[in-house]
Amino acid sequence: MLAVAWIIPVLPFLAFWLIIFFGRRLPGEGAYVAIGAMGIDALLSIAILAQAVGGATYQANMVWAVLGDRALEIGYQIDPLTAVMLIVVTVVGSLIFIYSIGYMHGDPRYPRFFAYMSLFAASMLTLVLANNLLLLYVGWEGVGLCSYLLIGFWFERPSAARAAIKAFVTTRIGDTFMFIGILLIFFTVGTLQFDQIFEAVEAGHLAGVTLTLAALLLFGGAVGKSAQVPLHVWLPDAMEGPTPVSALIHAATMVAAGVYLVARTYLLFFGSPDHGALTVVAWIGGITALMAATIGIVQDDIKRVMAYSTISQLGYMMMGLGVLGFTAGVFHLMTHAFFKALLFLAAGSVIHAMHTNDMKEMGGLGRVMPWTYGTMLVGALALSGVPPFAGFWSKDEILLEAFHHNPPLFWVGLVGAFITAFYVFRMIFLTFSGPLRSHHAHPHESPAVMTVPLVALAVFSGLIGFVGAPWWGNPFHHFVEFEAAESVPFDLNLALLSTAVALAGIFTAAVVYYWKWLSSASLRRAARPLYALLVHKYYWDELYAFAVVTPTLWIARRLRVFDLYVIDGAVNAVGIVFVWLARLYRLFDLYVVDGLVNLIGWVTGKVGGVLRYVQTGSPQNYLLVIAFGVIVLVIGGILR
Amino acid sequence: MTVGLTHYLVVSTLLFCLGLYGVLTRRNAVAILMGIELMLNAGNINLVAFNRYVAPGAVAGHVFALVVITLAACEAAIGLALVMAAYRSLETIHVDEINVMKW
Repeated sequence: MLAVAWIIPVLPFLAFWLIIFFGRRLPGEGAYVAIGAMGIDALLSIAILAQAVGGATYQANMVWAVLGDRALEIGYQIDPLTAVMLIVVTVVGSLIFIYSIGYMHGDPRYPRFFAYMSLFAASMLTLVLANNLLLLYVGWEGVGLCSYLLIGFWFERPSAARAAIKAFVTTRIGDTFMFIGILLIFFTVGTLQFDQIFEAVEAGHLAGVTLTLAALLLFGGAVGKSAQVPLHVWLPDAMEGPTPVSALIHAATMVAAGVYLVARTYLLFFGSPDHGALTVVAWIGGITALMAATIGIVQDDIKRVMAYSTISQLGYMMMGLGVLGFTAGVFHLMTHAFFKALLFLAAGSVIHAMHTNDMKEMGGLGRVMPWTYGTMLVGALALSGVPPFAGFWSKDEILLEAFHHNPPLFWVGLVGAFITAFYVFRMIFLTFSGPLRSHHAHPHESPAVMTVPLVALAVFSGLIGFVGAPWWGNPFHHFVEFEAAESVPFDLNLALLSTAVALAGIFTAAVVYYWKWLSSASLRRAARPLYALLVHKYYWDELYAFAVVTPTLWIARRLRVFDLYVIDGAVNAVGIVFVWLARLYRLFDLYVVDGLVNLIGWVTGKVGGVLRYVQTGSPQNYLLVIAFGVIVLVIGGILR
Repeated sequence: MTVGLTHYLVVSTLLFCLGLYGVLTRRNAVAILMGIELMLNAGNINLVAFNRYVAPGAVAGHVFALVVITLAACEAAIGLALVMAAYRSLETIHVDEINVMKW
């Protein structure tokens, strides 16, 4: 079973080509093909997980190219981390594909949506299965491309086209760092195979400043892809894409690729002197978690709340990895994939019913959309970290690791947890409770093809956390672990504290948005400068516009002038000179060359005109000439 | 004055030139044929004279002269037949006017 794991990325890749070429002629206009490929992948992944739990690992390599004396190998591997990621991508992916049938119904580019989604799945699975940085990078750029295509799926909207470009360019900055990091590793170690790189780290061939630099450069790619500060600005705008895309790519899987990269190359970070690279990861993650959570409070667009929540949760994952909580970070990645996909799909269901993203127009939807409401409530509780839902177990572990290895970040994380609970229940109350504020909307429950995946994801979000529960010896910890970093045992007091903080956040949200003991308008007035700061998202976009975009445009304008007058001038001067030369040459051609040719023709004509009188056609004339010739010869012979 | 080879050759030359003159200047096809006959006869005089003075015992010159006479008879027959054919189709035997094959 493990030996045929290569088929997992191939299936959706084939589905992509089939749908692109045959589109509407396929069953379900291509949707069934995509879902079939993902479904088979999900079954394969479950089988692989079953074998991986039994302790099986697998690795296969082939030489792709030889550069001098160094061979570039590509291959895939199965280990616990890969098995978990495969489950996340294929199971969440399958459910979202099914949901998309309902959500994308009637879209003019319906088959293409499933084609892109399949291509995304193929890239993501390649990324996850790769056992070397090269193939991982291939998948990495593949998911980046699909992200671009799907954010800009409704490219008729200028904002969607702009968001797609913004996402692509912003992540490209991170990817450039990552590529430099890959090259640094290749030239230091001479290979891109993970196991050989790790051997080089353990043997000390890759150590010291070089190791820290390589790890941080790789982390640069993760910062871009996982939308960490300061490259987080693309993810909120990426919500211009269809909601299933936001759920699959910009919440559950692709943005987690950065976290996966750090987890996959964890030894590089762990092995850097004094865990220097890990400390950077932890602080970037912590700052991102807190900053994005605070911005989430003031967003009115339901999907943007989710987007900032995603950034914040990715920050938690990075923080977890950074504070030596390898298992905690990966665990949170997995649980987050399920409950955030659930939240996004539920939000999509709401948008489907309301035809708007603005929560100010919603309200009271809990009565008309009971399934959406119920499942979204499960997702919100999981995100807040209320036991026994999935998010509690993983977030609690991250806080636990932070408490033991980096206390300042523990407090950052705790405040973040309070704010998380607050903003997600603000969203729940604004959407589902109170009166309906829009007067021309006619909300309705979504069709079964959308609610059934919601229920399935809700079940996962409710129960999946138990694989990391302490009662039966925390099986997840023994499955996905990093030997050098011992994980901290469960601490009941800390669990109670984090639960209390989450409940406090929910209570505060209820005070303001459910019972309305405090009006949100008065809160806004009371903290006007803070509110302005949050509404402007800490001025990151303005900072980039001022520090990057404006100078770039300024330089571009100067370069345009240079281009217009100097380079174009030089090109035009050469052109003019050659036009004059050509005119001279034309005269030469006309009079000298053509003249000679015409002269030859003229002379030939004249000579022919003279000589043609010789040809009389009368044999007697010829005979006369012959007779004269004979006479001349005879006289010549006599006189000689 | 004894008659020698030179005298025969001079007569032959005069006869040949007369024939050639006739061929070159006459426009009547029959007259041209007659010129050709003169030239052939000039040749015959040469053959017989050379046989008599250069190789007196041989008869090759005489035999050759008889062959030429036979040839001349054939030539005259074919030539006159051509002239007759030309006259029938073109109603002229004037060689300047027989020019249908000239471009």
